[in-house]
This record gives sequence, structure tokens and C-alpha cells, in this order.
Amino acid sequence: MSAATRRRMMRFASQLGTLFCAALLVSPALFFFLWMISLSLKLEIDNGAYPPIFIPTHIAWKNYSGVFASNNFFLYFWNSIVVTGTATLLALIVGVPAGYGIARMKASKSAIVIMIARMTPGLSYLIPMFLIFQWLGLLGTLAPQIIIHLVVTVPIVIWVMIGYFETTPLELEEAAMIDGANRWQIFSQVTLPIARPGIVVSLILSVIFSWNNFIFGVVLAGRDTRTLPVAVYNMLSFEQVSWGPLAAAALVVTFPVLVLTIVAQRQIVAGLTAGAVKGG
Amino acid sequence: MTLASAGERRASQQARRLSGSRKVGRISYWPFVLPALVVVSAVVVFPWAFTLWMSVSEWKVGEPYHFVGFANYLRLLHDQRFLQSIGRTLLYTVLSVVAPMVIGTLAALLFNEKMPARGLLRGIFVMPMMATPVAIALVWTMMFHPQLGVLNYLLSLIGLDPQDWVFAPDTVIASLVMVETWQWSPLVMLIVLGGLASLPADPYESARIDGANAFQRFWYLTLPMILPFLLVAMTIRMIDALKSFDIIYAITQGGPGTASETTNLYLYSVAFAYAEIGYGSAIAVLFFLLIVVLSLVLLHVRELSGRILGTTK
Repeated sequence: MSAATRRRMMRFASQLGTLFCAALLVSPALFFFLWMISLSLKLEIDNGAYPPIFIPTHIAWKNYSGVFASNNFFLYFWNSIVVTGTATLLALIVGVPAGYGIARMKASKSAIVIMIARMTPGLSYLIPMFLIFQWLGLLGTLAPQIIIHLVVTVPIVIWVMIGYFETTPLELEEAAMIDGANRWQIFSQVTLPIARPGIVVSLILSVIFSWNNFIFGVVLAGRDTRTLPVAVYNMLSFEQVSWGPLAAAALVVTFPVLVLTIVAQRQIVAGLTAGAVKGG
Repeated sequence: MTLASAGERRASQQARRLSGSRKVGRISYWPFVLPALVVVSAVVVFPWAFTLWMSVSEWKVGEPYHFVGFANYLRLLHDQRFLQSIGRTLLYTVLSVVAPMVIGTLAALLFNEKMPARGLLRGIFVMPMMATPVAIALVWTMMFHPQLGVLNYLLSLIGLDPQDWVFAPDTVIASLVMVETWQWSPLVMLIVLGGLASLPADPYESARIDGANAFQRFWYLTLPMILPFLLVAMTIRMIDALKSFDIIYAITQGGPGTASETTNLYLYSVAFAYAEIGYGSAIAVLFFLLIVVLSLVLLHVRELSGRILGTTK
């Protein structure tokens, strides 16, 4: 065997080894989600079988139709969209300019406030906010949840945007300034278009973490103002639910997030890496 | 000198040059920051001030405010349930930092290598941390089921005895840490991967010429250079583990008994199940102080390690 062939085979073997390790590493995640799908598509008799059945003997689509047909599903779905959508939109409106200002002022020390927000347990916001919403008579509406979700969304947006604006060059802004543009024109016509990828990253992360939030809804949501995570949790405690429908509901709740994760993996990875590394 | 501080210095030199010569730094950017400042004050700073004020009161929902000084804090010192919850929280946190750090770092080293389908594999690996926590908690609960759960079946395949997982006091913490590790190793992986991507190639070239093996290269080159990233990952992981709520609440609600009741869950019970607002606020304040102190310790370690590395080089 020539040296070249041997080297090529060595490289092939090491690649195979790496691939094997990687497969081993992702197997808990892969198994979990496949099992989740399997649970959600099985009839009760299959879900109660031992040893467990992996591939359904009969596909139980009714688990899913049951979720969609349950009387309040679309209300809760709509609540989730309103809360996440509004909280993200508001966060972008105040957070993108703030990230710009902080980055240009070189005031990254001020980001300590954001770090504090990151360190605070969500429950400590809930005690005072709950009382205030009660006094204001807002508890029956979605407003309390939208407002408190800002605790999640605003720091994410500011964080990602500071990191993004710090890496965008000043030259273009300076050129615009020499041309006589005012500060607002520079921001809206020069800086914002360049920053679009950063805005997309912060939008995606903000949507995901707001959508996933559970703790705020547990305390603040009433019967008609539940978001999906709270609603699916309540299914567990208030109804005699079997595994199939419950797994189907869980999958429906997290499905939009998983799709977003797969579609926008690159942006999410970039955003989390940058944001987290700056987080120290 | 660490990479991070070198980068920062270069950035600040550049910034000084730019702002100095062209007066860009003179422009006021306050109007851009002001709206966010108002929002952050309203939803972060104000609630904190309010919490402090409540924590020195005896106050139940529906009753008048009654100032009691530090009585709530003194009461906490004798509250067995609170003290036990702190111990449990620390145990849970240590385990939930160490395990994801090890697995996440290994994963980062692996995903840093060239391999087929790397993006896809990395995507699957990241999914647990993006999925809705309550949704995955429900499925884990089913998997933990002692009779019908798939985990005991998997154990039986490799000849191990069935476990009670989250349904027994002695295994509940370990089982929850397993879920937490499964969920959050990806974040450690992403941060460390970011660190690996920033490593210079030259030292590795010379190390290879000098005949260093893979382990030596990792131990003497990679590890010191990614140390700042490891410490950042560790700090973030620690903060998140300390205040972990969704998974524990959705799977065990602190049970069986109080076997998995961490401070955050106890705080929930006191404030929202027993409606003791003053006492709950005192717990919130102490709990937050605990998080801050532990974070500061880690940040201090980070600075220290940076300085040590700086002098030895």
C-alpha cells in the first residue's frame, strides 16, 4: 500500500470516527424528538404498551385534530401571537436605537443593567407587577403579559444590537454627516439598512424566548388570556388526558419554534454566540 | 495577555483614533437610548425598588401594608424550608453547571472538526435549548414513567434495573439535572465554538512542527486560549441553573414532598400560593443577592485567570 493511500484511508477513518462521535452526541436530542412525534401519533393502546412501541400500529391523527378542535385552542394560539408579536415589536422599536446609541457612545458599561435583568429570576418581577396590574385593573387583559414580556425581549434586542453596531463601520455615517444629513436621517437611512441582519437575529431570538415563556403566564394569565405554554400545562392538571393528545399538544406548541430554529439556524447561532460571549 | 483583552484594547484604540480625529464621539446619542431607558426603568428598576419596599413589610394580598423592618429577613434565617431550598439549589446548580460544561465543551471541539452534515447535526443538537420548555417537560414526564416510560425500557435493554426517576426523593434531583443538561449543553457548545473559531492558526503550526500530539495541543494551546469563553459559559450556565423554574415546576412542582423544591420554587409558593407578598419579596431579594454574589465570584475568577495567563506568557 502506498503512503498516499494509507494517508487517505487514515483521514477517512478519522472522519468516520468524528462522525460516529457526533452521532452519539446528538442521539439524545434526536431520540427525544422522534419519541415525541411517536407518542403524539399513537393510540392509547400503543402508548400504554410494554415494551414500548416505536412506530405506531395505527396512525392516530385524531390526537392532533383533538388539539385543534378543543374549544379554546385558537384563542390561546392567538394570545401567544399577540403577546409575542407585540412584545417583540415594542422591543425592536426601543431596543434597536438603544443598541445603536450605546454602541456609538462606547457606553458598554451601561449594559450592566441588562446583565442585571438577565440575572433576576422572573418571579421577582412578578410580585410587584402582579400587584400593580391588579390595582390598574388590567388583569383580565393581555396587557400585563405583553408588558412583562418586555423583560425578556428588550434585553435580548439591545444586547444583540450593541454587538452588531459595534462591528458596523463609522465611515458611511461620517460621509452622510459631511453631506449634511442630521442624526435621525443618518440612523434611518444609513445605519438601519446596514443593520438589517442584526435586526433579524434579534427578532428571531426575541420571538423564540417570548413564545417559550411560561412563568409569566402562569401567574398573570386568566382563563381567557392564557398563552399556549400555559394552556398545554393546564391540560395536564385539569383534564384526564392521555399521552397521545398531550404529546400532540406539546408538539403543536413548540412546532413554530423548532421550524424557526431549523430555518434560521445560522442567524440563531451567530446571535447567541455574540450575545452570550459579550454577556460575561 | 488574553485574546479578549487584546481585542478590546485594539478596538478602543481604534475608537479613540476615530472619535478623536473626527469628533464623532461628541454627538449626543441620548435621544436614541432614552425610550429604552424609560422602558427598562419601568419594567426592571421600578419593580426592584418596589420589591425592596415590600420586603420590609408584613403584607398579604387583600390586607393593608404593615411595616416590620427586617423581621422577614430574620424569619428567613430560621425557616428550615428556605434553608433546605438553598442547599438544594446549590446542589442542583453545581451539577447543572458541571455536566453541561463537560458535554458542551466536548461537543464544541467535535463540531469544530470538519465532517459531513455538520450543519444538520449541530442543528439537531441545538434543538433542545430552543424548544418550548413546558412542552419538553411534559414529554420527559412521560418518559420518566416508572412502568410505561421509555427510559426504563432503555435501561432494561442494557441490563440495568428500572429507576423511579423524578418519582423518588433520592433520584429526583439527578433526573432533573439530566433534563437540564440535555437542554442546555448546546448553549455551552455555542459559546465555546465561538471561542474556537477565534483561535489563531500559527501556534498550532509550530506545535505540530515541534511534534506535540493532539492532547498536548489541546492542553497547552486550546484550553488556555478558550478559558475566557469557558468562564463566560460557566457564568451564564450558573445564573440560569440557579433560577431554573419551568422544567422543575412542570415536571415535579418541587416534589415528591419538597425533594426538588429549589429556592425559586419555594419563592413561587410563598408569593403566589400562600399570597405572602412581604415574605416572598424578602426571599426574592436574598435569592437575587445570592445570584449576584456567585456571579461576581466567577467574574473575579475570570479576571484573575486573565491576569495569570497574561503574566506567564
